[in-house]
Amino acid sequence: MKLELGFIKIRSIQLSKESRIEQGMLYVNEDALRAFIFEDEDVRTWVRSIDIDIARPGESVRITPVKDVIEPRVKVEGGGGQFPGVIAGVETVGSGKTHVLSGMAVVTAGRIVGFQEGIIDMAGVGADYTPFSKLVNLVLVLEPVEGYEEHKHEYEHAARMAGLRAATFLGELGRDVAPNETCVYETCGIREGIEKYPNLPRVGYVHMLQSQGLLHDTYVYGVDAKKTLTTVLCPTETMDGAIISGNCVSACDKNTTYHHQNNPVVKALFEAHGKTLNYVCNIITNENVYLADKERSSDWTAKLCRLLDLDGAIVSQEGFGNPDTDLIMNTKKIERAGIKTTIITDEYAGQDGRSQSLADADPLADAVVTGGNANEVIVLPPMERIIGTLDYVDVIAGGHAGSLREDGSIEAELQVITGATNEMGFNRLSAR
Amino acid sequence: MGFKVVHYINQFYANIGGEEMAHIAPQLRDGAVGPGTAFAQVWEDDAQIVKTVVCGDSYFAEHEKEAKEQILAWVDEIKPDFFIAGPAFNAGRYGYACATVCAAVQETGVGVLTGMYAENPGADLKDKVLMVATGNSAAGMRKAAPVMARLALKIMRGEKLGASAEEGYLPNGVRRNFFESKNGAERAVDMLLAKLAGKPFTTEYPMPSFDRVAPAKPLSDLAGATIALCTSGGIVPKGNPDRIESSSASHYGEYSIAGADDLTDATYETAHGGYDPVYANADADRVLPVDVLRELEREGKIGKLHEYYYSTVGNGTSVANARRFAAEYAQKLLSAGVDAVIMTST
Amino acid sequence: MVKEIERTGIPVVHMCTVTPISMTVGANRIVPTIAIPHPLGNPALSAQEEKALRRKLVLRALDALCTEVSEQTVFEV
Repeated sequence: MKLELGFIKIRSIQLSKESRIEQGMLYVNEDALRAFIFEDEDVRTWVRSIDIDIARPGESVRITPVKDVIEPRVKVEGGGGQFPGVIAGVETVGSGKTHVLSGMAVVTAGRIVGFQEGIIDMAGVGADYTPFSKLVNLVLVLEPVEGYEEHKHEYEHAARMAGLRAATFLGELGRDVAPNETCVYETCGIREGIEKYPNLPRVGYVHMLQSQGLLHDTYVYGVDAKKTLTTVLCPTETMDGAIISGNCVSACDKNTTYHHQNNPVVKALFEAHGKTLNYVCNIITNENVYLADKERSSDWTAKLCRLLDLDGAIVSQEGFGNPDTDLIMNTKKIERAGIKTTIITDEYAGQDGRSQSLADADPLADAVVTGGNANEVIVLPPMERIIGTLDYVDVIAGGHAGSLREDGSIEAELQVITGATNEMGFNRLSAR
Repeated sequence: MGFKVVHYINQFYANIGGEEMAHIAPQLRDGAVGPGTAFAQVWEDDAQIVKTVVCGDSYFAEHEKEAKEQILAWVDEIKPDFFIAGPAFNAGRYGYACATVCAAVQETGVGVLTGMYAENPGADLKDKVLMVATGNSAAGMRKAAPVMARLALKIMRGEKLGASAEEGYLPNGVRRNFFESKNGAERAVDMLLAKLAGKPFTTEYPMPSFDRVAPAKPLSDLAGATIALCTSGGIVPKGNPDRIESSSASHYGEYSIAGADDLTDATYETAHGGYDPVYANADADRVLPVDVLRELEREGKIGKLHEYYYSTVGNGTSVANARRFAAEYAQKLLSAGVDAVIMTST
Repeated sequence: MVKEIERTGIPVVHMCTVTPISMTVGANRIVPTIAIPHPLGNPALSAQEEKALRRKLVLRALDALCTEVSEQTVFEV
């Protein structure tokens, strides 16, 4: 499949009477945006109001608690539409042409639905740890209806839909805008690849999806990943919105929808494709809570790697704790099938860095890339403006009683920062 | 004047001689000698080697106690700000001496640093004493000396220590964050390509080492065997008499089950804080199967259920503590003539 | 912990639910159990059935202790 991405560089965002993109400036009519979001019945049922705010790189702004980050895109040619199976129909995506509003994102924030939502600082030391401090963010601060506490699943779904709908609305504005830059991505069929690149190693990407239930989920073409069997995806499908985040694991190693759309492993493998390796495909596999599921999913991962005659595979994890077992199972089974692996994870080595970093381990996992120690303590300076609320800083994962100090600064583990130790390898942060 | 430093070297680097002079006892010289001059070049006025300790490698190996005492006495007298040793490269006895002397000096509250090759036997102490990673021969001096000097100065100044990969020290079991030049995905692709090509690559997180113990011989006579029960599930007599912690346990309990046929909610409970305790509190046999083993004992399927069981809480307990507990009660089991053990975990 | 016991030459069987972690830490004889909070029981069963289940698991553990193994072995129940 061949996908052309046209990047429309967004320099800044302004609220305005008319919604349009002009010379890199995104003008948004907030009433029209809100009306579009509230067309969804679930949003109408569970979300009382939405405040819209804008956060720019370098501004003294703290966004919290963050739920998801989404890049607005629009399908301009080829089958399917954005967020297939959720917003658009289920038709397969990943070919044709898609326009991307790059340099910006939609961030959903507001009252908490779990214990594990994060912080994005647009300035100060915290900004160094989150990739989203470099983007112009249109923030939706959601206010749930009364009594939502009894219906957290439904509210979480509505909050997710609100973000996706906002991204859809904004992406649509880029349909007729000429991109600043276009890139073409294409992988081959099995035989075609072998004939075209007979001397290059065949490499696949094993993309692990968090699927632990209650607010720890991921959706593929609208299907809850915990109910899926390990399967093959064309890399361009991932780039075209096939996978969305529905999860709320620790903010630092949660793959937001933005991470899926801009998966850095997919990007790095395409970079090398046809030069030093033959990028064959992605294999998506879940991280469920039952031992039998873990065994089955990792068996299938190794089986597919073998069936596809891969020489090597990169495995990326999501979350920590029992998913460490999924990571190790995948890795050792793939290695035992004769396929070489490199894995990407992050560490929970304690605040002093002295504990064992992963819950599971195996000598076959001999090539590890780490996104850093999520337990490392950081002090975030006070910010002039808060988008959302600081009410939850003490209880999100990585925070503790007293995390929020009187002057507005926050002492907490890196865990609290959205995307800080991402296990797709999005960042430069590492540890030794 | 800058920081006061004492440097430790062997007979070879003091230009006294090789193996034939390795027997010499510790001696104290003024100022920098040998490799110490290379540190001085980096430090300029910020720090200065005031004294150099020279000791023969064989002497240290054969008279470790005396050598250490002498060196500690000198350090106590000189009161330096810092103590630096080596680098020892791959010289085994020299590396051992550098590491051991540094460890002893460190205990007196003086900052220390040494340097050696990762496979030097002295590097066994790398989790205790900070060591700069060097090449395996003295040819690596030109590279190692400035790295050691800069790192030493950083510590003297009380600056925050960076990650091992940045600072050049041997990984010491303490994980520290830092920013790489490439993102993780790019590093993963680079690493995979190296691995596929059979080229060397360095993992960013070496898997913890797994010592394996060979399986013990099986029981030949079950009907005559004494079986003991152990658990990490925190089963304790009601009231938790030894106050075993619900998480990060600091000790274990030894409890008699003589005469106990069945563990009931009136007599036993769990101290474990890492799982839902309702089921174990209602019936502790669900974690420690005393009832069934008594039955098998009566039926003559097993010889005897051992009178004592050993219990601790696995939740959050450090590997080092767990190992120590088990090593201790394993000896008790051995001397009590226990033939086999059933260990249960939650 | 099991390794420290086995080091003395006494055979040991590890009864646990998350067997992959038991494999990682190096137990040689492993019997998988029911669930984390009640490895040797099942509160959903009657007292009699539950004891029978526990007996089956313990007998399997005794089997394991009587079986010669050369590598880490999981004794499925």
